[in-house]
Amino acid sequence: MLSISDKDYGTPPRNASGMVELEIDGRPVSAPAGTSVMRAAAMLGVSVPKLCATDSLEPYGSCRLCLVEIEGRKGYPASCTTPVEPGMKVRTQTPRVADLRRNVMELYISDHPLDCLTCPANGNCELQDMAGVVGLRQVRYGYDGSNHLDAPKDESNPYFTFDPSKCIVCARCVRACEEIQGTFALTIDGRGFGSVISPGQNGPFMDSECVSCGACVQACPTATLTEKSLIEKGQAEHSIVTTCGYCGVGCSFKAEMKGNEVVRMVPNKDGMPNHGHSCVKGRFAWGYATHPDRVLKPMVRDSIEEPWREASWEEAIARAAAGIKRVQRKYGRGAVGGITSSRCTNEETYLVQKMMRAALGTNNVDTCARVCHSPTGYGLKTAFGTSAGTQDFDSVLKADVVMVIGANPTEAHPVFASIMKRRLRQGAQLIVVDPRRIELVKSPHIAAAYHLPVRPGGNVALINAMAHVVVTEGLVDEEFVRERCEGPDFELWKSFITQPHNSPEAVAEIIGVPARDIRGAARLYASAGNAVIYYGLGVTEHSQGSTMVLGMANLAMATGNLGRDGVGVNPLRGQNNVQGSCDMGSFPHELTGYRHISDPVVREMFEREWGVKLDPEPGLRIPNMFDAALDGSFKALYVEGEDIAQSDPNSSHVIAALRAMEFVVVQDIFMNETAKYAHVFLPGSSFLEKNGTFTNSERRISLVRKAIPPLAGKEDWEITAALSNALGYPMQYRHPSEIMDEIARLTPTFAGVSYDKLERLGSVQWPCNDAAPQGTPVMHVGKFVRGKGKFTLTEYVPTDERTGPRYPLLLTTGRVLTQYNVGTQTRRTANVLWHSEDRLEIHPHDAEQRGIRDGDWVSVSSRAGAITLRALVTERVAPGVVYTTFHHPETGTNVVTTENSDWATNCPEYKVTAVQVMPLPAGRVPKGRQPIPAQLAAAK
Amino acid sequence: MDIKHLVKMANQIGDFFAAYPNRDETVQSIAVHLKNSWDPRMRRQIIDYVERSGGADLKPIVRDAVRALEMPQQIAAEVPGDD
Repeated sequence: MLSISDKDYGTPPRNASGMVELEIDGRPVSAPAGTSVMRAAAMLGVSVPKLCATDSLEPYGSCRLCLVEIEGRKGYPASCTTPVEPGMKVRTQTPRVADLRRNVMELYISDHPLDCLTCPANGNCELQDMAGVVGLRQVRYGYDGSNHLDAPKDESNPYFTFDPSKCIVCARCVRACEEIQGTFALTIDGRGFGSVISPGQNGPFMDSECVSCGACVQACPTATLTEKSLIEKGQAEHSIVTTCGYCGVGCSFKAEMKGNEVVRMVPNKDGMPNHGHSCVKGRFAWGYATHPDRVLKPMVRDSIEEPWREASWEEAIARAAAGIKRVQRKYGRGAVGGITSSRCTNEETYLVQKMMRAALGTNNVDTCARVCHSPTGYGLKTAFGTSAGTQDFDSVLKADVVMVIGANPTEAHPVFASIMKRRLRQGAQLIVVDPRRIELVKSPHIAAAYHLPVRPGGNVALINAMAHVVVTEGLVDEEFVRERCEGPDFELWKSFITQPHNSPEAVAEIIGVPARDIRGAARLYASAGNAVIYYGLGVTEHSQGSTMVLGMANLAMATGNLGRDGVGVNPLRGQNNVQGSCDMGSFPHELTGYRHISDPVVREMFEREWGVKLDPEPGLRIPNMFDAALDGSFKALYVEGEDIAQSDPNSSHVIAALRAMEFVVVQDIFMNETAKYAHVFLPGSSFLEKNGTFTNSERRISLVRKAIPPLAGKEDWEITAALSNALGYPMQYRHPSEIMDEIARLTPTFAGVSYDKLERLGSVQWPCNDAAPQGTPVMHVGKFVRGKGKFTLTEYVPTDERTGPRYPLLLTTGRVLTQYNVGTQTRRTANVLWHSEDRLEIHPHDAEQRGIRDGDWVSVSSRAGAITLRALVTERVAPGVVYTTFHHPETGTNVVTTENSDWATNCPEYKVTAVQVMPLPAGRVPKGRQPIPAQLAAAK
Repeated sequence: MDIKHLVKMANQIGDFFAAYPNRDETVQSIAVHLKNSWDPRMRRQIIDYVERSGGADLKPIVRDAVRALEMPQQIAAEVPGDD
């Protein structure tokens, strides 16, 4: 069911440069070549009746409702499959086509339940609308013939129903699954009258390959596929465009509302990152926002041994301010700090860093991007001059070769993965660098040309070897390097990279990738025409994370794959506002726009605006804060939206640090693990309850709009402002737009950004300023931000975290489609039906050696600690490598990860932990852990 | 802070820049990185470590880089907002 406010043009737009002039119903119209007659008519405001056509799908021509008459042509062509031609004269309304359409509708309705008044689609049903449009007044065939009215309803999916009795077999759902999502989970089974929509092998949706992205539900013109929330609540009466609160794709959604209640979240057709597509999290897993676990009152206590007690906002804020001040007076201004989350808006993270620097006089402020993409910031700034990905998402549609390194887009960035898969189905080649055989390696109609299963920790050796091939085999784009890059740096790099120790043959055994595959992949990447790199935390979360980012930048520059559509180096950010939180000056050494705090010119600008003197020295980073807490020099922390006790590595170390602090303030929507060590809890607001902006992985700034009032009474930016006021530093913003205005005044790359512009354009990609008033989809066109691109030497230095007799396996971690990070949000939704526990993936060879069978409880121990979870025996992982997720606190995955970190940024090395895996004694279930069936029953 | 941890972190920085052939520039790059990204208390501690014990566990280029660092000034004692 389409959004209540969408206009549907019937078929997708065409981008041909040539225009075609024609006449529809006697009115002239001009449309790009290739446009359908149906769309051209819609452009004129003429609606041609339709059922199987919708503008998100290629025309199909099956319903026969959109027939028209065209002068000089025989018969009645379907307007959806007929392209416009010069001079064409079309008539959309004639007595003959009216008869034909009415006859078609009679056939449809003769096999359709006549329960319109009680049907959930009532009020937004295309079939009902078409019956009205064609003037259906009778069904001459009667209703007693063969029909599908008794077909059983499939309620297996927690979020939508499939009622085949209402199905008209228009195949919009099947085509949406194929064309938009690329999963191919649906098909039409049978022929003629016996045709039915079939998920998988004609089983229930939950047993099929369906990933619950919702594309089929949105495409359905009847109530066959319907959101359960809509069935329960009825049609919405208004909608609010906002931005998803999950991953770094930053999908635009329409929150369809009844008063202050969300009826459903519908992906916004006009949303630039997602073009009307969604995934199971953004589309359906929003129920956490009103979950009973939400804490709606401020809470306070004198010590972490005491129970919480409710307090007024005034008391809680006063206590928070007094506690922080008390610590500063006792231990010095550097004894306090703040941490924000990438789930916070730009305005929120900006305010927290401003409060820390201006109100508290310390640069001890960091953001959770520290533990995910801080190496991206360092690497891309060093090489290109700015800390961000180079392309917009749509750029992938121009790529000839896509190299995915250490990322799993179908699970972690599903909507972008769908765009990428579309390009791959069109014929682009794929290289996957990942220790696991991720879904992209082989999925419907997609097969990677190369899967390089690099051993965890071997990334830099691999990228160096690829660059070695490029240089030694004469594949360097000499003209690009000569014109666009620093010459001496390139020459130095060239002499380094051509050394024999960087050759594929020298590193193959070390990293577990055959030399011929490295050579093949390098040749493919370098010779592609347009080759693009997308990468994730499998690149950054290593002791050489920054080196690897530099290595990828070297490779892209050497092959000339920068500065135009279809190329580039692009981080896929894990959370919705990783890019934004980094942009907002949330790192302890940088002010907004990645300008170092030691720069007196920049500092003076901020000092003038903020009215205070700023400390020119960098502050503590998150891991440094923990270390300093344990040595007694860091004593108070304000954490907004981040559950450091669960998400940061070596949990015991983090918890010891939190216990060593005298005062901790947590601001969150749930009482998270970190709050166990807090003295004041400030109840925050979900993305549905506040105004602000998020900046996605493609640097796109989008508005977050308040759909419902904050359940606890305040938006998060208001809480920070109140705390700052209580600390004695006034913040008098009336709306986040005023905060953005301040950001724009202080940040050259944001100088042209305002809420007015965002309202007008929908979104903009920074840099947005006088030089680029509409924003910048592709960066470094013609010239790098730093001027010339900089090649850097990237020597491979093996991590200290190595296997040995005691810990012979390498553990790496990741996430699944249905859960999000530490699961705070998604575990409080029906998504647990897909993923109710973290499992340890282990190769059959390693499992057999240890007597481990699929489903057995196993212990995983490392130098840092030990956890228990159940085994999943699979060849997805290579021998010697095990893998798990970190979505469930009872697993405690980060108990075993270590404090090893990236040399440049201290980003933890989550992706490499030497472990031993052993089975628990038969029949033993760890204390407090339920067998799976009981967990699932509870979830249901 | 745990000096062993600081030494390890500093040596990691040294490992990256060690690939460059000009030793003086390498030492300078390490020093700049430490200055730009380490909080003053961390720098004070590693400078103390080199001054007091000779910094034996630091790689030579890192030790030289630490020696090139100026001791950061003590942070202002007063708490903002307190008159």
